Amino acid sequence: MTWVALSLAGGLGAWLRFTTDTHIRRRYQGPVPIGTLTINIVGSFLLALLTGILISHPSTPIKAIVGTGLLGGFTTFSTATVELVNLTEAEEPRAAAMLGGAMIIGGLIVGAIGLLIGTHL
Amino acid sequence: MAVTRWETTRLPPGLWVFAGGCVGTLARAALSVAVPDPSAGVPTTTLAINLTGAFVLGWLLRTLALTGSDRGTRRVVRLGVGTGVIGGYTTFSTFDVQSVTLLSRDHVLISLLYLVISLVGGFAAAWAGTALARHTAGSRG
Repeated sequence: MTWVALSLAGGLGAWLRFTTDTHIRRRYQGPVPIGTLTINIVGSFLLALLTGILISHPSTPIKAIVGTGLLGGFTTFSTATVELVNLTEAEEPRAAAMLGGAMIIGGLIVGAIGLLIGTHL
Repeated sequence: MAVTRWETTRLPPGLWVFAGGCVGTLARAALSVAVPDPSAGVPTTTLAINLTGAFVLGWLLRTLALTGSDRGTRRVVRLGVGTGVIGGYTTFSTFDVQSVTLLSRDHVLISLLYLVISLVGGFAAAWAGTALARHTAGSRG
């Protein structure tokens, strides 16, 4: 039962990622793709928040369905790395470095904040 | 009656992303249960998932781009398999929270190692995938 819900939640997360990225692409058409960055930062904050809230119950089905399923399917690693390769090949290595740096540093900051808020809720 | 290619490619693209996302997420969850990430140390299962996904997506997207236009069945494959299956198979949020958790437990070196291997390795894997696609698609035509 948990597996079915987890899988469907992952599908929903992937659909939300696709829809969000499509909307961002329509509004912002700069050289640096910021859709995946936005999605990964928001998803990381939410997973950190959830992890903090459920810090004493890490094996609950809610954690698996919402965390591993929904937020795991919403955020993505592979698209982010392919975007970095594409930017580098397009002679934009500085933009690639900034995008990669923003994702890692930004992810660590929102992750720490989310974990902190979650454990104190 | 079999679904024809014409009908298949007329389904809403979000449906393919959803279906692919179900499959990719299930594969990631099953792998994480079969081979759990170590409680201390570099989370090797998530790392392996992300690096293999980066390689396959690099290969897939470049192969599709080099062999034709983004229409019909090719677009369905890009969205269903690329955005859906592989996008849902790899994950950023779990990687991020693992890194922060390692830092919060004073495993600074392990966390930094994980961050560097993921970023540099992910870039190298995606690049290797595109290089393979250039090689195979190039030799085909």
